[in-house]
Amino acid sequence: MSERTIAARAADFASESPRTRGLLIAISIAFLSLFLFLPLAVVFAQAFAHGTGAYFAAFVDPDARAAIALTLSVAAVAVPLNAAFGIAAAWAIAKFDFVGKNLLTTLIDLPFSVSPVVAGLVFVLVFGAQGVFGPWVAAHGLHIIFAPTGIVLATLFVTFPFVARELIPLMQQQGVAEEEAALTLGAGGLRAFVTVTLPNVKWALLYGVLLCNARAMGEFGAVSVVSGHIRGLTNTIPLQVEILYNEYNIVAAFALASLLALLALVTLALKTYLEWRFVGAVARRPAR
Amino acid sequence: MNGAGQRIEIAGVGKRFGGQQILEAIDLTIAPGELVALLGPSGSGKTTLLRIIAGLETAESGQIRFGDDDATRLTVQERRVGFVFQSYALFRHMTVFDNIAYGLTVRPRRERPRRREIARCVDELLEMMQLPGLGGRYPAQLSGGQRQRVALARAMAIEPRVLLLDEPFGALDAKVRKELRQWLREIHDRTGLTTVFVTHDQGEAMDLADRVAVLNAGHIEQVGAPRELSETPATPFVREFLA
Repeated sequence: MSERTIAARAADFASESPRTRGLLIAISIAFLSLFLFLPLAVVFAQAFAHGTGAYFAAFVDPDARAAIALTLSVAAVAVPLNAAFGIAAAWAIAKFDFVGKNLLTTLIDLPFSVSPVVAGLVFVLVFGAQGVFGPWVAAHGLHIIFAPTGIVLATLFVTFPFVARELIPLMQQQGVAEEEAALTLGAGGLRAFVTVTLPNVKWALLYGVLLCNARAMGEFGAVSVVSGHIRGLTNTIPLQVEILYNEYNIVAAFALASLLALLALVTLALKTYLEWRFVGAVARRPAR
Repeated sequence: MNGAGQRIEIAGVGKRFGGQQILEAIDLTIAPGELVALLGPSGSGKTTLLRIIAGLETAESGQIRFGDDDATRLTVQERRVGFVFQSYALFRHMTVFDNIAYGLTVRPRRERPRRREIARCVDELLEMMQLPGLGGRYPAQLSGGQRQRVALARAMAIEPRVLLLDEPFGALDAKVRKELRQWLREIHDRTGLTTVFVTHDQGEAMDLADRVAVLNAGHIEQVGAPRELSETPATPFVREFLA
């Protein structure tokens, strides 16, 4: 038997009949349409329901602008911090052995298993007026809960795992040989880290930062609990969308929401590009 | 390149790990410019000993001396050893040129050679390692034998006191291995560097080395010239291992 017939027979045996394939693809498309394409389309349709004038007017509103500014500044603080934490945690876990390593790895996943609302509530219980550190916070004139600081803290918590989880498996796979080589050649620890470790994970780092940013800008539950919903002050875009919608200001609500939808699309596109282009360099996310 | 090799003295080195004695009371002196093989089965502690000499691992007891200097307390960077890893550990995101130049570029500004000097040094090494014109390639684009030679060039660029190789030919096929063996001997003779290499291949050790140290379960069973070992093995283990 020629090699070609063997391969062809194997392919026939492994694949479904054309009808089954067609059915599975149709179901996937229906599912995606219903839960993904349709909602996205509706967001833009509703945002432009009263024309482009009304759409852009929504962004002139001072509360909307404050919400956009707050969302951007929260992300600008939370994402770099979590990138740094993530790199540090991944480096420690992948390159060293220490007591409590498994505990650390488990703790990193904690924000994924905690409901965002509970995450926000935890901060209220700790830093709120009646909280554990409440009197201390008040005595120092700090405003954490119902202020932007609390929002940053809550966002830091829920977006913490993203960078670490992208880097840990990749760094573990890469091992320590290159770093050791750098040391034998005379590089100090920090030098080796910057010139050898970081460049080896740059695409996975970008991927993790992308995911972290998307979640930071879109987070609702945890931020909702700590923010206090003070108009013009402690409302992020998701919170402002909720307020506008509850006031039946549909066009403005969806106009703001379209910003988040655009963010989602851009994130998805960049993510897909990174996965396609750097297949080996971006470790596949481990199954949850 | 430097011509003077240094003496290596290993005195009373011992190491435990996880309840096991990996190395015990290792005494070994390697003469300047000598090419010595650490030969033994896996688990004999030979790689650990090599890494202790390099400073990548610390011994619980004993001393390491390079020439007249006590190196036991020196960091791995301060020891200035050239180490070739079993997996070569080339910097995958750097070109061959940058890999070889790395040791020179991380030197503190005062000691760092000028760019042109570094380039000259790297080109010389590329020539010596028979890798002309490959400076712009990346490690992934090289064959196993070529990567090996880049790893060696990289280690030698820092003008090391001693050269340490961990199973240098393990990952290569038999023909390439034979060629590189011959070539390593030539490089060693040309540079006069004190060289220690680890192997589990007794043919390789006997073929290449001036002296062979046979290790077993953390002890040195016998040290001597290849002929001495095969003609008068000191223990049954040595006799069987070299059979």
